[in-house]
Amino acid sequence: MIQSFFNDPGLMIMTTGALVGIAASLVGTFLVLRGTSMLSDAISHSIVFGIIIVWLITRQTAGPVQIIGAALTGVLTVFLTEALASTKRVKTDAAIGLVFPVLFSIGVLLINLYARDVHIDEHTVLLGEIGFVWLDTITLLGYRLPEAVLWMSVITAVNLGFVLLFYKELKLATFDPALATALGLAPGLVFYGLLILTSATAVAAFDSVGAILFIAFVIVPPSAAYLLTDRLSLMLAIGAAISIGAAISGYWLAVHFNVSISAMMALMTGAALIAAFLAGPRYGLVAQMVRRRSLHRANACRTLTVHLYNHEGETAREAENAAAALRDHLRWSETRARQVLIDSLDRGLITRDGAVLTLTEKGRALAREVLEPQV
Amino acid sequence: MLALLSDFTIQNVIIGAMLLGLISGVLGSFAVLRKQSLLGDTLSHAALPGICLGFLIAGSRNLGAILAGALVTGALAALFMVLLTRTTRLKTDAGLGIALSLFFALGIVFLTHIQATGGAAQGGLESFLFGQAAAILRSDLWVMGTITAIALALVALFWKEFKLVTFDPVFAATLGLPVLALDIALTLMIALAVVVGLQMVGVVLMAAMVVAPAVAARQWSNRLDVMVALAAIFGMVSGLFGALVSATARGLSTGPLIILAASAIVIVSLLFAPGRGLVWSGLKRLEDKRALRGRRVLTTLYRLAAEHKDPAYPAEQAMVDAYYGLETRPVLNRLHQRGLIAQVCHMPEQTPHWVLTDQGIAEAEALLGHRDDTP
Repeated sequence: MIQSFFNDPGLMIMTTGALVGIAASLVGTFLVLRGTSMLSDAISHSIVFGIIIVWLITRQTAGPVQIIGAALTGVLTVFLTEALASTKRVKTDAAIGLVFPVLFSIGVLLINLYARDVHIDEHTVLLGEIGFVWLDTITLLGYRLPEAVLWMSVITAVNLGFVLLFYKELKLATFDPALATALGLAPGLVFYGLLILTSATAVAAFDSVGAILFIAFVIVPPSAAYLLTDRLSLMLAIGAAISIGAAISGYWLAVHFNVSISAMMALMTGAALIAAFLAGPRYGLVAQMVRRRSLHRANACRTLTVHLYNHEGETAREAENAAAALRDHLRWSETRARQVLIDSLDRGLITRDGAVLTLTEKGRALAREVLEPQV
Repeated sequence: MLALLSDFTIQNVIIGAMLLGLISGVLGSFAVLRKQSLLGDTLSHAALPGICLGFLIAGSRNLGAILAGALVTGALAALFMVLLTRTTRLKTDAGLGIALSLFFALGIVFLTHIQATGGAAQGGLESFLFGQAAAILRSDLWVMGTITAIALALVALFWKEFKLVTFDPVFAATLGLPVLALDIALTLMIALAVVVGLQMVGVVLMAAMVVAPAVAARQWSNRLDVMVALAAIFGMVSGLFGALVSATARGLSTGPLIILAASAIVIVSLLFAPGRGLVWSGLKRLEDKRALRGRRVLTTLYRLAAEHKDPAYPAEQAMVDAYYGLETRPVLNRLHQRGLIAQVCHMPEQTPHWVLTDQGIAEAEALLGHRDDTP
């Protein structure tokens, strides 16, 4: 039963994709919130350098040594970037753009020189081959399971453990580094821990999704979650949920259209982001528009009550406070005037008597509130 | 060497690499100054779907169509990024990362679709991913040259406007300049530079081509015109170097070599540029530190003499050492060389002692700004 789960290529591919997504969005959430998400771009490129160096020394292309070696490269990237920026001669973003291409270039040249015939060619490094994850298997506790699934499970567990264990520290270091320092929580150290895990995740994931698509899994699900919620715990959960959904839907779409599975999964995280961007309950574009519209309509009603209030005692009241007058005096179009009248009647702000409009007590109170605000 | 230069392919590579260096140096200067160093990175990754679409529409590897496609999707990615960061609470880094990874994923989907259906015709599309300078044709050079010429002409024509928008967009707006249009124009032109470089260095390393020559040039001058000219020269030199080395050492990719050459220029500039160079400011700091130490030791000797009411008071070296908690011999020797103090023997003690000379007393008084009682 369990073995047949591990034997199903489709299920294994989806599991790998989902694990990559969960592990990446766990760390990505904090990178996005800190405004340093482009570091994932730098790290994921420069680990090519770490991978080839470790390969030259140990001749291993997977496993814990490879993960640790490349994780150190990721940290080296961030360290070099910060060192370059701290000279004050180069801005941080330019420093990122300088450091990772150098490490990547050295990595590519080393591959050119020493590793032409090995399976670490630049194509797999950048694009990944999630479709073949079920080919490399390992036997554990009597079950044959894909190596990628094993390593991604370990990494996901480590990331989850790190986030759960240091939840308070991470939260404080992200939202208020000054307070975190004052409380002696060493936000810098927490941040470096996060980057080590990001690098380790990138190495574990690069075989299956490649370096560039990994960036999508780090940045996009947390960004989509960020548009949906204000709570950190919910943001982590939603990010993970989006990753799982993207892995499943991406797999089926890719199989249907016969295209790259990992790219389709990445694209599906994008679909989730666009959905959140358009239809998010609070920060979505539609919600923003609806809110603006209802504000607009409420304002029109207030304008109407003020207009009626101003002319209440006057002799010209009959002419001013008539439905027909709104068009000329408030310069409202016919349809708009009708809309505002209906709205105001609905809200119980005015009553209508033939052509003449009269304020209700509630409408009068609203107008007074506008004209004589109680501070 | 001459044989190298007369080789047709190598000629093409050299001309292409130098064109790339020229355009990316000039336009990268504006990107770096506008703190948009990573925009090049995003635009180059976002070019991939355009390359594939251009190929699909033209039906063959037609460089004009491919580059037009790259320009269009690059511009769309920039637009997507601006839309995300302007209308939601996502920050620039997340916007850049999202646009980069999603457009790249879309590109991979298209690419694998072409590979699955296109048969033999898709040859050469992957060369845009990693750059394959040797695949450049003479007709490609005409396209690259025309794009470069157009971009340079635009920069020359709108020099004043671009300069103002780069350094003081608010002032530019008050002068009535169309800031948004100029912003878009600069972004589009960076996309142009990226498009020129795709075949040469590939999408990944294009980021460094935009940043490196400009950062190097920035170290040498505070004037925009000098900086842009230097960036163009640095870019062309890197291109020439990369092309020549990869031609002599078969098997090394041109792209990484160009990037490493440009990065080497950055390192030299950061260290040795007059005025801003780290070596000069380091030396200056060392000199200042020495001068300060000399002044402190000199005034200490002066105060000791004043305290003992004896201008020729011999201060024991070990005592001065103990006072400062460190070896003061080199400081004393330097003061001695300047003729401010003299070494004396203070029998019966064997240890070295120092007295102030008349010149030393005058110097110490000038430093202290007053005369102490006796000496």
